[in-house]
Amino acid sequence: MGEVAAWIAVAAVPLVFGQHAALINEIAILALFAMSLDLILGYAGIVSLGHAAYFGAGAYGAALFAKHVMPDPLLGLAVGTSAGALLGLATSPMIVRGTDLTRLMVTMGIALVLLELANKFDNITGGIDGLQGVVIGPLLGVFEFDLGARVASFYSLAVLFIAFVLLRRIVHSPLGVSMQALRDNRLRLMSLGASVPARLAAVYTLGAALAGAAGALLTQTTGFVSLDVLEFHRSADVMLALVIGGTGWLWGGPIGAVAFKLMHDLLSAVTTQYWTFWIGLFLVVLMLVGRERLFRPWLWWRRGFVR
Amino acid sequence: MSDWALQTHGLVKRFGGITATDRVTLRVERGARHALIGPNGAGKTTLINQLTGVLAPSEGRVELAGRDITALAPHRRVALGLARTFQINQLFASLTPLQSLALAVGNRAGIGWRWWQPLGHDAAVAAECEQLITQFRLAEHAERVTRELPYGKRRLLEIALAVALKPSVLLLDEPAAGVPTAERRDILDTVAALPADVSVLLIEHDMDLVFSFARRITVLVNGAVLTEGTPDAIAADPRVRAVYLGDDHPMPAGAGHG
Repeated sequence: MGEVAAWIAVAAVPLVFGQHAALINEIAILALFAMSLDLILGYAGIVSLGHAAYFGAGAYGAALFAKHVMPDPLLGLAVGTSAGALLGLATSPMIVRGTDLTRLMVTMGIALVLLELANKFDNITGGIDGLQGVVIGPLLGVFEFDLGARVASFYSLAVLFIAFVLLRRIVHSPLGVSMQALRDNRLRLMSLGASVPARLAAVYTLGAALAGAAGALLTQTTGFVSLDVLEFHRSADVMLALVIGGTGWLWGGPIGAVAFKLMHDLLSAVTTQYWTFWIGLFLVVLMLVGRERLFRPWLWWRRGFVR
Repeated sequence: MSDWALQTHGLVKRFGGITATDRVTLRVERGARHALIGPNGAGKTTLINQLTGVLAPSEGRVELAGRDITALAPHRRVALGLARTFQINQLFASLTPLQSLALAVGNRAGIGWRWWQPLGHDAAVAAECEQLITQFRLAEHAERVTRELPYGKRRLLEIALAVALKPSVLLLDEPAAGVPTAERRDILDTVAALPADVSVLLIEHDMDLVFSFARRITVLVNGAVLTEGTPDAIAADPRVRAVYLGDDHPMPAGAGHG
C-alpha cells in the first residue's frame, strides 16, 4: 500500500513542479540507472565501477537509431535497451568469476575501453563534439518533446515505473530470491543444482539492459549524446547515488537519485566549485556513521545500539 | 544399468607432493546405508569433494548409476540425483527455512529460473515445502530468518535441503557434528527415517550413529581404503581397532598402513 501511495506521489511531481521538469527528468533517468546498478550490486553482489559502459551503449544505440533509421522514441528506447543488454551479455563471462577486486577492475576496464573506442570512431559517434543531428519524433506520434521537458519528465518517470514494477516482480521470484541466496552462500546454491555463473550472467545482462534504457532516455530527452555518457564519473555518480539511497531494496536507486541530484543542485547554487567537497564529506560521514544511525539519530541513545 | 548407485575407480588426488586420496575404489549399493569412517586427516572430506565435483581428481573416475560424471560440474551432478549435506552448515542466513526449501524444491522441479511469479506461488512446490517443514520438525521456525534459528534446527534444515532435491544418492557429512545432546534425537530420527530407496553414504566420527545406522562400513586411513565390511566385521577387525576404534586421539602419521 505504501508503495502505491509513493508512486501516486511520484506521478504528481511533474504536475506540481512543472517548472523543474528538466531536473525531474534527470532524476528519473539517474534513478533508473541506479536501480539497474542495484540489481547487479545490491541483489547479485557484483561490484561495478564501469556501469556507464551500458548506459553509454544505450545512449549511442538510441541516438544512432534515431539518426539513421527512424525517429520514433519507443522503438529507439527498445534499441537502446537491447544495445545495453547485448553488451551486458557479451561482457558477462568476464564478471561471473573472480573476486570483488577483479570485478571492480574488469568493469572499470570495460567502460574505459568503450570510451576510447567511441572517441576513436568519431565518424560514427561524433567523438568529443557529440553526435549532431539526432532528432526524436513525438511520443506515441502525438506528444512532441518540448524545451520545458514536461513530456520528457512524464516519459522518463513512466519508464522508471515500468522498470520498477518489473524488477519488483523479479526480485521476489525464484530467480530473484536465488540472487539473495547466492550472496548468502554460493556453495549451497550450487549444491541445490543451480548454475551460479548462468544466474549471474542473466542478472548482469538484465542490469545492463536497464542501464541501456536509462542511457536511451537521456539521449531522447536531450536530443544529444556525447562521450560524456561513457565517462568514469557516470559510473562513480551512479554508485554514489545508489549507496546514498541504500542497496538491495529497489527504492535505493530512486531515493538516492533524488538526494544526489538535489544536493548537487543546492550545493552548486551555494558554492559552484566546491560541491564535490561537500558530497565527499557527506559520503565519508555516511559510510562511517552508517545510514541507520545517520538518519535515525534518536537510536544513538538506545541501549545496545552503540557497541 | 549399473548395480551400484555410486562408485569410484582408482580415485587419486594429489596436492603438490601430498597424496590426499590414494587409489580409492568405493562402491555404494542401491538403497545403501553405507558409512565412511576414518581418523582426522584420513581424507574423507577430500573424497567427498571429488564425488560432488568441487575438486577434480588427479586420476580415476566417479560414476553415478553407471554414468561417468568425473568431468561434470557440481550443479549438473545434483541434477542427476547426487545431493549432499555439509559438515559445517551451508545455509542461506537471510532467508527463512520455507524460502530456502522453496528454492531447493523449485530448482529440482525445473522452475528455478521462473521470474514472473513469487517464490512459492506454485501449488505443488508449496505443498512439498510444507511437508518437508513438518517432516524435519521446523514448523515453529518456518518463517524465521535462518540465522536466528537454534543450531540443532539449522542442522535439520541442512539435511532437509538435501532431501528436498529427492536425490538417488545422499552424502551426509557428519550430520550430528556439534549438535547439543538435547537436540541429537531429532537428527538421529530424521536420518533413520530417510526413504529406503535413497542410497546414503554417511561420513561420521560418532561411532554410535555409525553402528546404529550403517549396514556397510568403509574405513579410510591416510587417503586409502584400509578395509570394508559389515559393522560386525569392522568392529572385530584388529587393524581398525588399532587405528581408530576406542582411540580418541588422532592417529600418528604413517600408522595403520597395512
